[in-house]
Amino acid sequence: MVYLKGGTYVPLYSLDTLKSIVKPFQMDVYPVTNNQYLSFVLKNENWQKGKAIQLFTDSTYLKHWATSWSLGKDSNKIKNAPVVNVSWYAAKKYCEYLGKRLPTVAEWEFAAMASETKANASTDSGFYQKIVDWYAKPNHNHTLGNIGGTFKNFYGIWDMHGLVWEWTQDFNSALTSGESRSDSSLDKDLFCGGGAVNAKNLKNYAAFMRYAMRSSLKAKYSVGNLGFRCVKDVIVH
Amino acid sequence: MKPIKQNRFFLLAVLVVLTGVFALQSCNSGNKESTETDQLAPKVMEKIVGEEVAVLTTPPMVPPPITRKTSTKVIVKLEIIEKEMRMADGVTYTFWTYGGSVPGKFIRVREGDFVEFHLENNPNNKLPHNIDLHAVTGQGGGAAASFTAPGHESVFSFTAMNPGLYVYHCATAPVGMHIANGMYGLILVEPKEGMTPVDKEFYVMQGDFYTKGSYGESGHQSFNMDKALTETPDYVLFNGSVGSLTGDNALKAKVGEKIRLFVGNGGPNLISSFHVIGEIFDNVYPEGGTTLNHQVQTTIVPSGGSAITEFRVDVPGNYILVDHSIFRTFNKGSLGILKVDGEGNKDIYSGKLDDRIYQPESGASQSMPNEAIPTEIKAKNKDERITAGKAVFAANCQPCHQVDGKGIANAFPPLAGSDYLNANPLRALGHVLNGFSGEVTVNGVKYNGVMPKQTISDEAAANVVTYVLNSFGNKGGEVKPEQAKSARK
Repeated sequence: MVYLKGGTYVPLYSLDTLKSIVKPFQMDVYPVTNNQYLSFVLKNENWQKGKAIQLFTDSTYLKHWATSWSLGKDSNKIKNAPVVNVSWYAAKKYCEYLGKRLPTVAEWEFAAMASETKANASTDSGFYQKIVDWYAKPNHNHTLGNIGGTFKNFYGIWDMHGLVWEWTQDFNSALTSGESRSDSSLDKDLFCGGGAVNAKNLKNYAAFMRYAMRSSLKAKYSVGNLGFRCVKDVIVH
Repeated sequence: MKPIKQNRFFLLAVLVVLTGVFALQSCNSGNKESTETDQLAPKVMEKIVGEEVAVLTTPPMVPPPITRKTSTKVIVKLEIIEKEMRMADGVTYTFWTYGGSVPGKFIRVREGDFVEFHLENNPNNKLPHNIDLHAVTGQGGGAAASFTAPGHESVFSFTAMNPGLYVYHCATAPVGMHIANGMYGLILVEPKEGMTPVDKEFYVMQGDFYTKGSYGESGHQSFNMDKALTETPDYVLFNGSVGSLTGDNALKAKVGEKIRLFVGNGGPNLISSFHVIGEIFDNVYPEGGTTLNHQVQTTIVPSGGSAITEFRVDVPGNYILVDHSIFRTFNKGSLGILKVDGEGNKDIYSGKLDDRIYQPESGASQSMPNEAIPTEIKAKNKDERITAGKAVFAANCQPCHQVDGKGIANAFPPLAGSDYLNANPLRALGHVLNGFSGEVTVNGVKYNGVMPKQTISDEAAANVVTYVLNSFGNKGGEVKPEQAKSARK
């Protein structure tokens, strides 16, 4: 894992004008792979494909695996690729099993602001354009590349952009602020022109797309290009 | 144009009388719309009889007219597919589509129908999407209810209460990008009483596209956000690609047929000035509503709006569909062709009858001699011929063949590096002097159009062909006025 000392991050959507304070945390260098997830389900039978509780997974959970306990004949092709088709519940459980947790949106976005050379590339339009270009391309032939195939960012974290979408702990909070104000007037903000209401940076299309993606999810969903990585709190003495 | 025009004086008289009646009514009752239905009254929900799956069509086709007289439950299944497709020859783009085409599939229902809508987001797609149908009464036009992650399907329903031609589009943030990538289409809600039968119906939808490279730059092009924000598209297209409605893809009809065009504009930015060169719209339903307008030359199609145009084709020819903001047609691709075959009618349109020189100072016109005009300066050598030919080219050839001689894909063949030209310059000279029509293959691409006869002198014809031969990467050479003289038919 990589240590990030934290800092401030301005959420794309927020009701207050304050920046979010991101406390120090550690983050996985890579997204979780099929192989790693396989070792998890082998030890946690109730998260195996076909055995997982339907309340926590949908029918396409791990659909790209041959069986409940093996990756099948494509094993060599996918073992080092990020695991996808996992629900939020499953991802959360995986992290907890290893004494970790899913990153918050703020933590994930904080780490994702970094380009190869800068901790904060949020004013670098070339960096955003590259990310948008990736978002704009459909997945090819169901297979994702292996981890470590895109770029290593300023912090030494790989594949934050260009490989998979990633689950976050509070993925569905863009539409519900968590603030004291009622959310009823906000609920459809991401649609059409309404998407611009409350947004902090109207030119950050990459961020819009991530927020839209997260908002389209439900915790039991499996999606063919949605994986995850874990983080860990740092106890400051 | 129609052969039998309505009697305008009669129409005017009726209008005058009607105006009088309305004026009287407003004096008497204070309610001048007493004879019209109250459009704001609550809609009466009809009994839903039976169930059917909607027939969806790919542009430019339109599903068949609805013949049933009752409302029914219509199931619409629309799949979102992100895919790479051709934008122009040698140019590809990753389009986001409703049903695999740009614009998306055409949906046709009847006023009062109960529509059960299934939006399917293909598992290979990268992004979540949704649909906002302008035909829907309700929040977001279905956008929130249909918001769907890749590999999932959303279902919602609505009653098609208002007849008209409506745009549908994706409304997921960032909405402009989803639309700019092709996520729009049309849904027609036919009025209960149906639509007047016509012989041909077509589906044409305009959109503006913002690419990294400029128009015609080959290779895969990605979306350019800055151009989208400044509203400076490189491509303005009918049905999602250059040439979608030309050549083999041209719309086809026969003389005497009644044509109905369902015209939409997905935008995201530009308003279309939709026009068909050589036709007058006998009927237009502006903005896709129920008001009927007549004798319209150019109709505005707003971004996120539509229009229905109807006309009878009376004489054969190629009728060109354009956005009459005309640079978009000449330089950005918004060009389609309606090819009408059949017998001509000289009374309606004669074609060119005569060809004379016009000399205002003499007060009389005279026949054009086949010799050079006496005042014309004759080129003394090849270089002078090339210089003079350049001006002739600019005045006569450039609008179609373009300033760089590259022509326009699927419409006007290139002169630049043209195998057809270099193989036989005298044949090209003949085309300049006598005109040419029919199929021709240039650099491996088939063209089927008309080049009109150019009314220029032998000297000018020799000069322009010489200029072209010595420009645009062609092989060089010289053509003499004597050769032009003998090439005339």
